[in-house]
Amino acid sequence: MEKRVLSGNAAIARGAYESGIGLVSSYPGTPSSEITDNIKMYDEIYSEWATNEKVALEVAIGSSIAGTRSMTCMKHVGLNVASDPLMTLSYTGVNAGIVVVVADDPNMFSSQNEQDSRHYARFAKIPMLEPSDSNEAKHFVKLAVEISEKYSTPVLLRSVTRLSHSMSVVDIGSRENVSRKNLDVNIPKWVMVPANARKRHFFVEDRLKNIQTDYDNDILNLASEELNSKKIGIVTSGIAYQYVKEALPDASLLKLNMVYPLPLGKIKEFSKKVEKLFVVEELDPFIENEVIAYGLNLQRLDRSLMGELSVERVSKLFKNIDFGVLRFPSEYDDIDKDLPQRPPNMCAGCSHRGIFYAINRLKLFASGDIGCYTLGLLPPLSAIHSTVCMGASISMAHGIDKGSNGEYARKSVAVIGDSTFLHTGINGLINSFYNSGTSTVIILDNRITGMTGHQPNPATGLSINGTPAPQINIETLCKGMGIKNVKVVDPFNVEECLDTLKAETAKEELSVVITNRPCIFADRSVISSPYFVIRENCTGCKACVKVGCPAILWDSEKRLAFIDETMCTGCGLCPEVCKFDAINKLGE
Amino acid sequence: MKTDILMVGVGGQGTVLASDILCDVALSAGYDVKKSEIHGMAQRGGSVISHVRIGKKVFSPVIPVGSADILVSFEKMEFLRYFEYINNETILLLNEGKIYPPGAAGGEEKYPDSLIEEKITIFKKYYLLNAFDIADKVFNRKVTSTVMLGKLASVLEIKPDIWKDVISEKVPPKTKGKNIEAFDAGYNT
Ligand SMILES: Cc1ncc(C[n+]2csc(CCOP(=O)(O)OP(=O)(O)O)c2C)c(N)n1
Repeated sequence: MEKRVLSGNAAIARGAYESGIGLVSSYPGTPSSEITDNIKMYDEIYSEWATNEKVALEVAIGSSIAGTRSMTCMKHVGLNVASDPLMTLSYTGVNAGIVVVVADDPNMFSSQNEQDSRHYARFAKIPMLEPSDSNEAKHFVKLAVEISEKYSTPVLLRSVTRLSHSMSVVDIGSRENVSRKNLDVNIPKWVMVPANARKRHFFVEDRLKNIQTDYDNDILNLASEELNSKKIGIVTSGIAYQYVKEALPDASLLKLNMVYPLPLGKIKEFSKKVEKLFVVEELDPFIENEVIAYGLNLQRLDRSLMGELSVERVSKLFKNIDFGVLRFPSEYDDIDKDLPQRPPNMCAGCSHRGIFYAINRLKLFASGDIGCYTLGLLPPLSAIHSTVCMGASISMAHGIDKGSNGEYARKSVAVIGDSTFLHTGINGLINSFYNSGTSTVIILDNRITGMTGHQPNPATGLSINGTPAPQINIETLCKGMGIKNVKVVDPFNVEECLDTLKAETAKEELSVVITNRPCIFADRSVISSPYFVIRENCTGCKACVKVGCPAILWDSEKRLAFIDETMCTGCGLCPEVCKFDAINKLGE
Repeated sequence: MKTDILMVGVGGQGTVLASDILCDVALSAGYDVKKSEIHGMAQRGGSVISHVRIGKKVFSPVIPVGSADILVSFEKMEFLRYFEYINNETILLLNEGKIYPPGAAGGEEKYPDSLIEEKITIFKKYYLLNAFDIADKVFNRKVTSTVMLGKLASVLEIKPDIWKDVISEKVPPKTKGKNIEAFDAGYNT
């Protein structure tokens, strides 16, 4: 059999291919984005970037009704957005199988919160599978499709950053040939008016019981027991299984491939075979609570509910228990305190930098959003003052406006990227317009979804495959709503930005300011010859250093600025802030 | 055999591709392999780290504290951040080429040259090479990570031919020849 080393995300994509999935609609979000990025390489699967996760799941539901196995992939907070259709999809069930992949981010490497998505499985009363390596990730997509169709339920497949972004060996199989089912015309099943939904709620409760019973009775082959020492028995799942295997090689294990519903009968049987029973899991005590509520004699672990587990964290949890655990020498651990850091920063030539420079200069409160531009919070720009969730910038700015009787609307702006605007920001803007808001909304239209790896979006003009696609013109869109004050600015023109922001925030009307430069990564054609510092003219005033560009460096001995020409993209922002004509373009 | 290799560097240096290549090499040589890395934000220039674990059977994709057998530093100071992973048997492969962190460049912090000199002596063995210079000689900076892979190959027990096959498959076809040259140059220094 062919073997390949694949990331968890690439393996999930492979699993979709092999299990005959025909449609994938997703919205990007770390650490889930590469699943759909990989899906696009399979010609047999129709794939698309949707405008948000709710839309993506609804597309998958429609496709299931049309008879095609479907999948949608999102990060954990994406499931909050998609939770509305999810909760009722549980009632309707499916026609062709539906798999909802959700990737959690323990340790918040790239997220605004650390929520544990397993709660959604219980909330929606639907099954959730949890793979522990790439091979399982691939295989579990297939299982998810089978379970989905067998019980008529959407199935959640949960990943975490450590699975999505780790690589391990995968057995490569071939694609299952499935013929498309017929369109599912069934009013009592699909039209969730109260009279129908009441009946479907019975179905939901029965389905959950059936799945649990089948899990307990090994009809679903989803739990595996590894009996070793009788001293301790550990119930675990997902990536935590790997840490347990390494930290406690002698423990007896019950590995759960489905984490909701739980095979409580099986866990009870297992508990009888060991002296002490534990659950090892990451984030919330989800399995632990269920098992304790069921009445089993379980030893709760005194563990932090934050961050990732690891081999050493697991072995520390058990070091007080008389059991042969591994020890980890870390004689050399406290060295890096004073090391110069390499903090994330907006790229050299980033089209967001100029407008943040202007916001900072005008000392405006910036109601922020999520994207590369969130990095505007860092010094020296320090020009993002709130970030909650995607789309919130515009509605929060409206709240700031209304909550202060218009006072703070004169001293604040909303800042939002194009992808985020089209995700959920647009609803907020309609709300501000309808409710006679007077805030100023800056839309940073770099025509790409930068933060998550440069996926195209409706403002790009390209489809997921890079072929030409219809392009939303955000200016026309805002004007079409009826908003009077819509201005387009060049974010590298500091004067223009300052003047426009001053004028628009002063107005007691809603204003939209759109920046018009593309992301430096998405469109390399905008890169021009670099700038350099004319040493004789440089007074060492540091005005250019304050724009926070990584290509502008400071020579502390000579007390002069200089530019790293290999990094400079020639954007032209720094010469504008230099009062001494000390910055010039190479070759001019 | 169990070999835990920590590859560290700066975003944009090609450590991710290099560790991908190492994984395929290990698989071709008949081992189980896992790798883990954190990449989220698209920005360049941050510290990056890849854990690669090779053995008969690998469980955790992350190298436990104190367990790295080899630390490959694609930049001169980056290895200083990961001392919790080393033990008194760990080998260091160090690119002496520097990439200034924004702090050092911005004048607030100095590049830690003396700390580097002091700390490399902790390693049981260390190999120093200026992979930037070697890469420049062969082709350009883009093959730096292949130079480092060449050096790594010289301390691992996997045949160079396997490495070269995988490299040829993984790098852009146009740069295949240059990458093989870079690999040999690293291997032979
Ligand atoms: C509900 C939700 N979905 C997805 C994400 C992941 N995410 C963070 S920022 C972002 C989009 C950024 O694109 P854009 O607004 O165009 O700004 P840019 O990064 O290009 O500056 C996404 C998809 C998230 N944080 N929340």
